[in-house]
Amino acid sequence: MASDAKIISAAGGSPEGADVRRRDFIYIATGAFGAVGAAAVVWPMIHQMNPSADVLALATTEVDISSIQPGQAIKTVWQSKPVFVRNLTQAEIDAAKAVDVSTLRDRETLEQRTQPGRLNWLITLGVCTHLGCVPLGAAEGENKGDFGGYFCPCHGSHYDTAGRIRRGPAPTNLVVPPVTFKSDTLVEIG
Amino acid sequence: MSFPWAQQYEPKTEFTRWLDSRLPLPRFVWNAVGPGYPVPRNINYFYNFGVLAGVALMVQIITGIILAMHYSAHVDTAFDSIQHIMRNVNEGWLFRFLHMNGASFFFIVVYIHIFRGLYYGSYKAPREVVWMLGVVILLLMMATAFMGYVLPWGQMSFWGAQVITSLFSAIPLVGESIRMWLVGGFAPDNATITRFFSLHYLLPFVILGVVILKVWALHIPGSTNPTGIEVQGPQDTLPFHPYFTAKDFFSLTIYLIFFAAVSFFLPNALGHPDNYIPANPLSTPAHIVPEWYLLPFYAILRAFTADFIISAKLWGVIAMFASIILLFFLPWLDSSRVKSASYRPIYRWFFWLLVIDVFILGWVGAMPAEEPWVRIGQAATAYYFAHFLIILPIVSMIETPRRQPNSIAEAVLGPEAVRARPASRPAEGGFGGAMPQPAE
Ligand code: FES
Repeated sequence: MASDAKIISAAGGSPEGADVRRRDFIYIATGAFGAVGAAAVVWPMIHQMNPSADVLALATTEVDISSIQPGQAIKTVWQSKPVFVRNLTQAEIDAAKAVDVSTLRDRETLEQRTQPGRLNWLITLGVCTHLGCVPLGAAEGENKGDFGGYFCPCHGSHYDTAGRIRRGPAPTNLVVPPVTFKSDTLVEIG
Repeated sequence: MSFPWAQQYEPKTEFTRWLDSRLPLPRFVWNAVGPGYPVPRNINYFYNFGVLAGVALMVQIITGIILAMHYSAHVDTAFDSIQHIMRNVNEGWLFRFLHMNGASFFFIVVYIHIFRGLYYGSYKAPREVVWMLGVVILLLMMATAFMGYVLPWGQMSFWGAQVITSLFSAIPLVGESIRMWLVGGFAPDNATITRFFSLHYLLPFVILGVVILKVWALHIPGSTNPTGIEVQGPQDTLPFHPYFTAKDFFSLTIYLIFFAAVSFFLPNALGHPDNYIPANPLSTPAHIVPEWYLLPFYAILRAFTADFIISAKLWGVIAMFASIILLFFLPWLDSSRVKSASYRPIYRWFFWLLVIDVFILGWVGAMPAEEPWVRIGQAATAYYFAHFLIILPIVSMIETPRRQPNSIAEAVLGPEAVRARPASRPAEGGFGGAMPQPAE
């Protein structure tokens, strides 16, 4: 008992108060050990919500583009996101080229958004860069917006014939996924 | 619990005496919602909405537990299991319609409750914590309602989930990773529906926990009242039971009449027909709208159309969250010592302008993102923030409040009645006699 009391009073603070005592060390060591342990337990709890292996395994998609006529577009799926594959008409290409890039919100030319020598194949994600709706304009008769490309009905983003944001809340152009032309009629996305 | 003159609990039978010394649960109830809780005698019907909100929460929990027995959280079966509930499960249609409309009614009640607090200054000292816990509940309710709306996996469910989770992708650098973490994939899919179901089941109980904290915090100073002056003595209060239990049962009856009428005769009036179309990740409905109770916030989200330092998208997201987070700071934005708007001639006008503004926001939120709605939404958004950040601090500085009655009893009974019996029951402790005591 007596020795207990001595330890407590010693831990309670000596008049000088400056020297590190054994008990301080034990507190800090216990706290640090506990924090590391908690972090080790919390991380799996957080990480389990990230995309699982089977979801991540959806690697690439191949698309046959032989039947898409100029002026037409199709929707396909890559990594469970919609993709627009559009065969631009000459007029649409000209319209996209006529824009002064320095006036754009997200400055990209049609050349930067298509494969070399295949200016007419505009392949973009069909995911509005605002909040992820699928813009209209790929299917026949849909509203193409004020710039003849795509129109997102959710909050009114207008994209031009190069899929570039021209008006509305979306911050960037429609995303161009990695694209490889396997042949003139077969494209691999991803 | 709160005032020294509160009626004490006295166990009457052998058994309750035995129990009281072991588990004083009856005492707890007595002090929480029984005769042991003195309430300002002049509270009006707007003060009934807190209890109604509690009932609405219980309706959601009970109907929700029942629905969970028949619902199937999987992308392939979720939509069909709702139809199964509607057509095959005995009385399944009843519980689904009660749950669907119960959510709307919960929000109606809570919004009235919030505006009552704004009008009568319920957020002011010493009730800041009560108010802030209420804002926490509002945020939890919105999260819960949003996830619940996703579960039927209709078109609006899917696209609502897509839009709301994409809000987080506006955060610079880590936004896209956060979004993928939230939905568990590149786009909302099975992983989304299962986690939303898990959390949708959990959060109402979290809300219940916060409600308990809120009621605890409320019982220390007690309710506000329409005069905004604090309780000074026993002549200002009546026991919660039987006076206000009776009043609450009356308002509950009225509430249930409306709730039943809508659930039985207009069950889909507050929903959106597109949610009866199965989710299609390749086609967005022409016009996405959230549930009506989120429309004002949706209008704020959409009000930003031009980049300014950061992207318009991030502005929208920040503004939407800020519009609610702002409420946490309300007790300090409004520095007027007078609580009730009845005695604040200028604030009263601005209160009603705010109500109109929120209605305009809600209406704009339901409209397509075209002119003139965009402009109107921008103006209404600007006004919303101006109300809290500019108008309120200025008004509370320059306003000359009207003369307030000396006490609640005087306001209710008239000065003569109070003077006629001055010594009958002297106010114990006078102003501030509400001795704060922690509840059990
Ligand atoms: S999601 Fe396309 S404009 Fe908002």
